[in-house]
Amino acid sequence: MAEGVRAVSAALDYAIYALFACAFLLGLWRMIAGPQTPDRIVAADTLGVITTAALALLALQLESALYLDVALVYGVLAFVGVVALARIIETGARP
Amino acid sequence: MKFAGQLFLLLGAFFCFLGALGIVRMPDVYNRIQAGTKAVTLGTLAVLIGVGFHHPDWWPKLLAIAGLLLLTNPVGSSTIARALYLAGVRPWRAGRDEGES
Repeated sequence: MAEGVRAVSAALDYAIYALFACAFLLGLWRMIAGPQTPDRIVAADTLGVITTAALALLALQLESALYLDVALVYGVLAFVGVVALARIIETGARP
Repeated sequence: MKFAGQLFLLLGAFFCFLGALGIVRMPDVYNRIQAGTKAVTLGTLAVLIGVGFHHPDWWPKLLAIAGLLLLTNPVGSSTIARALYLAGVRPWRAGRDEGES
């Protein structure tokens, strides 16, 4: 019984990691391919949030609450970067 | 308890995947903003809840991350959408090709 529960738990772990890997690959593909600059900025925004979730998962995997602080700071920096890029689009990159 | 946490983690990973899929599949940049932001916000919240099920002593930090996410992510996406609209990017309509705007 305990063996079965452990096997299901390990399978769920693999499914979680595979879904995150697919999410990263799709976001990166849009960032590389995607036809104009706004598409790349949107991809960067989404990838930033997905990375925050992945860092929380990394904290769980490594059993260290320190990575939660990393996730927090990463979220703040991604937000600031996205807002700066949006300002650049809005004002037409004038100095 | 651990199993419930893993179900939340799976749900979150699934919604993050759906958000990334929406970014690839949607026809123009406004649709991509909408698909990416909503699904990924929900997925990240579910992942944070799942981590909290595994480690109940991490709740304060997880709550801080969730609150920050709920505050910044809609603001960021609406800022991008507003900047694009002011810069003159027109929304997509059925029947026109992608990138013709």
